[in-house]
Amino acid sequence: MIESSQWHKYQKEIPDGPFFFVRSCIRQTFSMGAEAMLQKILKEYLGLKVYEDPRHTCCTGIAYHTDIVPIETSMTVIARQFSLMNEMGYEHLLVSCITSFGMYNEILALWKEYPEKLEEARKNLYKATGRTFEVPKSVIHTSDIIYKYRNELAAKMKYKLVDCNTGEPLRMADHVGCHYAKIFPMKGVGGAEFPQVLSGLAEPWGARWIDYTERRHCCGFGFRHYLLQENRGYSITHSKIKFESLAPHNPDLIVTNCPGCNMFLDRWQYTIAEMEGRTYDKFGHGIPVVSYEELAALLLGENPWDIGLQMHQVQLETLMDKIGIPYDESKKYLGKDGEYIGKPDTPEILLV
Amino acid sequence: MIDYIERLNEDYRFCEGLKACMNCGMCTAICPAAAVFDYDPRKICQIMQKRDNALTEQLLASDMIWYCGQCIGCRTRCPRNNTPGYIIQALRKVSLQTGLYLKSAEGRKQIKIAKTVGENLLTKGYCVDIDLVKPEMHPEQGPMWEWVYANRESVCNRCGGNYHGDGAGAQRKLSDETKKELFAILRETGGESLIRKIQNAE
Repeated sequence: MIESSQWHKYQKEIPDGPFFFVRSCIRQTFSMGAEAMLQKILKEYLGLKVYEDPRHTCCTGIAYHTDIVPIETSMTVIARQFSLMNEMGYEHLLVSCITSFGMYNEILALWKEYPEKLEEARKNLYKATGRTFEVPKSVIHTSDIIYKYRNELAAKMKYKLVDCNTGEPLRMADHVGCHYAKIFPMKGVGGAEFPQVLSGLAEPWGARWIDYTERRHCCGFGFRHYLLQENRGYSITHSKIKFESLAPHNPDLIVTNCPGCNMFLDRWQYTIAEMEGRTYDKFGHGIPVVSYEELAALLLGENPWDIGLQMHQVQLETLMDKIGIPYDESKKYLGKDGEYIGKPDTPEILLV
Repeated sequence: MIDYIERLNEDYRFCEGLKACMNCGMCTAICPAAAVFDYDPRKICQIMQKRDNALTEQLLASDMIWYCGQCIGCRTRCPRNNTPGYIIQALRKVSLQTGLYLKSAEGRKQIKIAKTVGENLLTKGYCVDIDLVKPEMHPEQGPMWEWVYANRESVCNRCGGNYHGDGAGAQRKLSDETKKELFAILRETGGESLIRKIQNAE
């Protein structure tokens, strides 16, 4: 791994809990099984204490970054999350979403630099809800925890990121969400320039990590640009820049830590295939895109359809075949009671 | 004329975002918006560094302030610790406060966002909600999403979710008490009034 020695200082303390878990509204929409699987990994495989309070809400980060709510709204909603955390006796906040992770870090930095904004948040929260709060001891992203326990998880994994036919390590690329460390580099493992939080999973899990020129480039979400149908050209352009940079390296998979990036890098491969006939692997299936917890669960031997991998448009069977992970195709499209619920249409170009 | 500079100086993001730009162009070189739009964050810094109220008014009424995608990558790379993305956030706030956003085509698109994301936040308590991601509005999501969307309760609950259910879990419904607190915060802090003001701007 190419690293500048000055970036070695960008390491962070990652506690081992207990954690107060807050969901991502994007992850729970597009990767509906991921957060349940994450909690299972933390609790059952690692023995950590993680609590999800049903009273927590969306952090309002998407509304803030599309400029339809003021920061005073977001900081007060975040203050309420802290209040819930205090009430339940937790001190470490565990955040699933990268946009939220950036929001929490920004608000805490704001309160530190401008204590009058902290007082304003206290006043607003009390007036609106009667609640009080104290700031957490730490704010941790869920990918930080997987990184911290990467070796312990590797020891429990049934499968490795190794080609079962050749014995060669699979080629793993990573994409780290912009708001993980670009706003506050000291808050991310490896900082913004040499992030290790995902690349650090490759070796212990059996893969060869591959660098690529546009590794640090944004996936193209652009907040308002994706949410406005007529502006989505912005979004697909930046994912395409990444794919073009990646393709010569023949990656077997892309690992992400941001729920939005995970979805965009998956869906835009479908769109580019249908628009231009271009796919980014040799055989026309596209490059599989998985989040850190989806990948961990898969290698630990969890049922891929319980993880929710069937919901990816770039299908994961090519990756599972390379690793030698068995799966039951007949159970892929079953509903919650085991009933067959039909199957999706087939794309015209992208092979599934 | 409104003193726009005074308003901007009240926003910590403007103060933190613009310290001393030396016009190196690093922000423009790495900016995703500059790659696809007629947009140049360096130019934003240069204009705002002049503290010229008339030029600022022109900027507030232009498309230019609406091109940034808020990746905030400019913050990482600026050798002078400026953050053009923060300057943009402050400019947008003043543009929305003064109604100047309605003078630009990109600015007027805020109305659509307030009607989708904003309405969702004010009614369901989520910015993004699966029911909002209708396949006919999202052809780029592909046929898999059509299948997920059509079977969202079953698919969600098969994967450990709790679609519109009480308690914790993916896609859970927020309780009335939780929504009451959230909506009170939105009212108290100006979030609701800003969304409604933008929604009703047409």
